[in-house]
Amino acid sequence: MSLPISHSDSFSLVEQLPILQILVPFVSAPLIVFIGNRTIAWWITFLASLISLLISINLLLLVNDGSIISYHIGGWAPPIGIEYRVDALNAFVLVLIALISTIVAPYAYKSVGNEIPKEHHTLFYAAYLLCVTGLMGVVITGDVFNVFVFLEISSLASYVLISLGSHRDKRALTSAFNYLIIGTIGATFFVIGIGLLYMVTGTLNMIDMAGLLEGKSSSSTVRSAFAFIIVGVGLKLAIYPLHIWLPKAYTFAPSFITAFLAATATKVAIYILLRFMFTIFRPSFLEELNVLNFVILPLSIAAMIIASLIAIFQKDFKGLLAYSSIAQVGYILLGISIMSESGLTAAIIHLFNHGITKVALFMVAGAYVIKRGGSLLTNLQGAGFTMPWTSAAAVVGCLSLIGVPGTAGFISKWILVEAAIENGKWPLAIVIIFSSLLAVVYCGRVIETLYFKNGNDETIVNESPLTMLISIWIASLACIYFGLSTDITISVSDLAAKMLYLK
Amino acid sequence: MINWEFIIGHLNYWFFIVLMMTGLYIVIAKGNLVKKVVGLNIFQTSVFMFYISIGKVIGGTAPIFPVDMKIDNNIVYSNPLPHVLILTAIVVGVATTSLALALIVRIREEYGTIEEDEIFIIEHELDSSNKTPNTYKENGHF
Amino acid sequence: MLFAFYVQFHGDYSPGGGFQAGVIMAVGIIIYGIVFDMEHAKKVLPPWFVHKMLAFGVLLYTFTGVISFFRGQNFLDYSALSRHSPTHGQHYGILIIELGVGITVSGVMIAIFYAFASRTSEINDAEW
Repeated sequence: MSLPISHSDSFSLVEQLPILQILVPFVSAPLIVFIGNRTIAWWITFLASLISLLISINLLLLVNDGSIISYHIGGWAPPIGIEYRVDALNAFVLVLIALISTIVAPYAYKSVGNEIPKEHHTLFYAAYLLCVTGLMGVVITGDVFNVFVFLEISSLASYVLISLGSHRDKRALTSAFNYLIIGTIGATFFVIGIGLLYMVTGTLNMIDMAGLLEGKSSSSTVRSAFAFIIVGVGLKLAIYPLHIWLPKAYTFAPSFITAFLAATATKVAIYILLRFMFTIFRPSFLEELNVLNFVILPLSIAAMIIASLIAIFQKDFKGLLAYSSIAQVGYILLGISIMSESGLTAAIIHLFNHGITKVALFMVAGAYVIKRGGSLLTNLQGAGFTMPWTSAAAVVGCLSLIGVPGTAGFISKWILVEAAIENGKWPLAIVIIFSSLLAVVYCGRVIETLYFKNGNDETIVNESPLTMLISIWIASLACIYFGLSTDITISVSDLAAKMLYLK
Repeated sequence: MINWEFIIGHLNYWFFIVLMMTGLYIVIAKGNLVKKVVGLNIFQTSVFMFYISIGKVIGGTAPIFPVDMKIDNNIVYSNPLPHVLILTAIVVGVATTSLALALIVRIREEYGTIEEDEIFIIEHELDSSNKTPNTYKENGHF
Repeated sequence: MLFAFYVQFHGDYSPGGGFQAGVIMAVGIIIYGIVFDMEHAKKVLPPWFVHKMLAFGVLLYTFTGVISFFRGQNFLDYSALSRHSPTHGQHYGILIIELGVGITVSGVMIAIFYAFASRTSEINDAEW
């Protein structure tokens, strides 16, 4: 069977960028196992992340004018074949993933060396790269079933990575197991939703499906598909009542993995949610069901307030940050549920800014694990004096989490408040400010223990290793940079929001 | 008035729902970790069944084209795509199950039990003891 | 194992293929391990070699896809593999891909067997 294929004999790398984005980390993973040397494994991880970053920036530049790149795997044209489809939104999320991966890579060298037994290093890096591949695949693909496959690749890899934290604390095993059970239920719900959609439309391509779903919004099959997908993705992204797996998984995973997953995994799930809500089901469907006002909005407010309150009473720095992550997911969902272009812009910007902030904070937590023997707040007493640079980065991260002017967190919260007021939903603005006040309380607790509770009167400076400090400070400076220079983030997320809303 | 035609006509969906609920119930209600994994498998299998049942076309035959490529448009073929999708999903399911079982083996080694309530007690002690978690070197596993 | 090779290379136009062949191949080693001893099985196929095997299979798979880049076509477009006709190219393509799948599958099966079987059991027989 020969197929009509357009034979373009010229070899051009730019055309192949979408697949290279997936292939680079994917090929690196078996390569690491094949070579089987610890140091080389780290170098391959670092280089693969760097190359992915360059590719994703290139892609972002290509689609920054509002165009769409469509790549057909194996030369099979959609809707039959699998299509990789890049527009402003995916390109932005891809840059986030690759950027985080590049930032945490230098940090990994010491952190992994300290927390994982040596004989597991090569397999650890291979699993990590598979996780990166999965997350990027979810974002780049334009085929709904492919989303599920990549989602499971990344999830399976992250279960393994989290369970490897068991060498520090055996509770990592049970938290990985719980995450596995809940994550698999979520993924299965997601597949049921896809199956129902396939029943109605007979296609798996996102754009094709969106066209065929037009005018079928009253069908109960479509509605139940929507419900299944929302719940399935909700389990993965830790919407407020479905978040039980997250705090423990983040607390007991190896620090390097926590930093990476906290900044990317939930963000990718939010991307899926955005893609399904706006590209496939269209805003008109959402308005008809009024699902945002009745489901997402109350849940996001609950997340912002309750999760922040729980964060205040955490004993573990990592646990505190994990609950704060749930609250921040609430902010992003709030932006989505405002149901306007400006709300979406706010959500997309906060997705990026929160990723940068959290990676900095979780890396700081990992540095304390190494130098202080743990991340409990009691371990942190007086660390402000013995680890001045690390703790300064913690303060920057905390300020960005609260949303102090001059940091990345301020920009996204400002736009969020603006969007809420613009749409006449000023009570939401009050909720946002109240939740920020709660953030002041839990961040204040951290800073207090760091600087004002000098338990053992240590004054000898015992700073974290240089490679870790470099990563931590790149992330912290990024927090400040994206808080001062907002041209890039705002213009891209504005474009992405426009494309989502109009399509 | 019970609409029998509706109930019988959607028989595969009823089976799917029953199987799915059985699986979910086992996952939630059973304390034994292995039983949870079994429940998860039943849950996933229900979805596989669901996909395959929607791929069936009444009177359809196996979707293989004749060698000479003379395709008769009158022959009804079943839809092969759901089967392909489910093949992938089954592989994913197997990977999940094996990973879950491997984790259970490790949990058994560390905790000495695979009953959820007993693990809860041990974890609660760990949580409240406020003890600094050891690094692996001091823990002596390796 | 001969049967495994048969299934492997005839998978193109009759039932069979990489998955099945890989499992049959692995079963050969696993039965050997059960009948004789783990030690003997590991002498025939050392664990480090198994790890390399499964990495090599995946690399082979992606390598096949990457070749088509350099012939100016998209990823995994087998038609680019043969100069004479796209159909031949597709035959070669599926053959190499299935070989990659087969190597990986058998590698994974053997690796799982090694990992579980060489774990010293903590549960003694009385507990069963």
